[in-house]
Amino acid sequence: MFPELNNLLNTSPDRAEQGKLTLLCAAETDGSFLVHHFLSFYLKANCKVCFVALIQSFSHYNIVGQKLGVSLTAARERGQLVFLEGLKSSVDVFFQAQEKTHPLHFLREANAGNLQPLYEFVQEALKPVDSGAAAWRCPVLLVDDLSVLLSLGVGAVAVLDFVHYCRATVCSELKVPRAAGSQPGPQGPGHAQAYVHHQSHLVLRAEGLATGFCKDVHGQLRILWRASQPTAQRGRSLTFQYKIQDKSVTFFAKGMSPAIL
Amino acid sequence: MLESLLALGGLVLLRDSVEWEGRSLLKVLIKKSALRGEQVHVLGCEVSEEEFREGFDPEINSRVVYHDFFRDPLNWSKTGEAFPAGPLAALRAVCRRTAPGPATIALDSLSWLLLHLPCTTLCQTLHTLSPQGSCPGASTPAEQVHVLGLLHEELHGPGPVGALSSLAQAEVTLGGTAGQASAHVLHRRPQQRPTNKTHWFSILPDFSLDLQEGPLLESQLHPDPHTHLVDPMAHLTFNLHLSEKEREARDSLTLPFQFSSEKQQALLHRRPGPASSHIFSEPDAYDDLDQEDPDDDLDI
Repeated sequence: MFPELNNLLNTSPDRAEQGKLTLLCAAETDGSFLVHHFLSFYLKANCKVCFVALIQSFSHYNIVGQKLGVSLTAARERGQLVFLEGLKSSVDVFFQAQEKTHPLHFLREANAGNLQPLYEFVQEALKPVDSGAAAWRCPVLLVDDLSVLLSLGVGAVAVLDFVHYCRATVCSELKVPRAAGSQPGPQGPGHAQAYVHHQSHLVLRAEGLATGFCKDVHGQLRILWRASQPTAQRGRSLTFQYKIQDKSVTFFAKGMSPAIL
Repeated sequence: MLESLLALGGLVLLRDSVEWEGRSLLKVLIKKSALRGEQVHVLGCEVSEEEFREGFDPEINSRVVYHDFFRDPLNWSKTGEAFPAGPLAALRAVCRRTAPGPATIALDSLSWLLLHLPCTTLCQTLHTLSPQGSCPGASTPAEQVHVLGLLHEELHGPGPVGALSSLAQAEVTLGGTAGQASAHVLHRRPQQRPTNKTHWFSILPDFSLDLQEGPLLESQLHPDPHTHLVDPMAHLTFNLHLSEKEREARDSLTLPFQFSSEKQQALLHRRPGPASSHIFSEPDAYDDLDQEDPDDDLDI
């Protein structure tokens, strides 16, 4: 996890919030550093994490996790992390006979079905286990990322229903990274993203700089807090620029990169 | 503003966006209806019951009936206790209620319903709830049903949004500038011209409305009387001001390339007056006046 990002979000592993949906978007840049941040953050916060990884392999996340100080292998072995490796297990849909429906069963369906098997997988993974072992803190679901489901042919409504159910019944907190859709339209991916935007309590949006690539500033991060109660700070939004380094990310105010001062 | 929205029966459409959310205003209207003694039925599809009831007094909460379509709307938990007939059937059941008196139905949200139901079905059901529709038993204004619908307008195309707004007696579009929320209200009263008005407001923690005169930014435009404007030409070591004579001389100066009538006359009528300039030269000893070899470097 990146301590500077924790400061910006005013949070720390021992004060992890529950019951919130956080949306991570990326537009014209790679936002995966946010996924790695939250993965290591919640593992350090001693939460039970279910990670549905559809983009990269387990070893990729493990390598980056080790740079950030968490070992995914160890977390998986002690039961803290349930990892669904989409790239590998998608092949199992075709070649292995399963007693119950595979979580990625939608790959076999001709028309865009629903994501109920995936939801049931998540629900099973995050069910509290009373085996007397160390009780984990709040359950966390991380999905990387939802736009892949749209590209695989799942309908936008099915994806929204999946997010709805996860938010409602399974998880205390839900991180849903998605890449921004290219063209917002009534039924396009931008539409689904806008709907999840409405449901989110916190939105982190990584954007490329409007002026193009830069060696010292890799992009801009917009943080939007959406509060449903008028008392809380509604619609508070902050913008920072960042530079990704090998083991950390530095954040600075717009135009205040140390390289140009 | 609230009285005009809740005066007649029919649909009040609240159009919000990601930047300016509308659920708080919906709860303000629900509180107003509940305080008038009406029973409020909420079809909750987007937030949990606990989250929706947060901020309401117990008196208001006792008048709010929450139909929960958030927890298990598609019956994935297979317990069978969810509404098997769907939210529209619940809507029609509320309309056919046996308890007398006016009622308010809040739809949170119409966007969720539009995603899961055909637009035509939803519009037909909303039409039956309107005063022009055939809601049974709603003959007197006292028994009319107010329907408050929350719509996230950027999620839908112009077709569904247009269909819903044509069914609405009043439309409230939320917006704002610089942290100050505004509501643009469009009323469509029967046999009257549509009227629209913009209100600037903020919502207090107990969900009552605080109307304001205008955006807060306006007050920041008046100059602060305590700061004096600094005269930049005050303490200079050189003179930037012109005296009257200098100003006159400057104004009467003609520019060299400006074609005025005097210049035109001078060019057209060039008089062979006394030559203005002559060149006198006296060659000294070193000057060579040989025209054939002016540089004196031919070696013949």
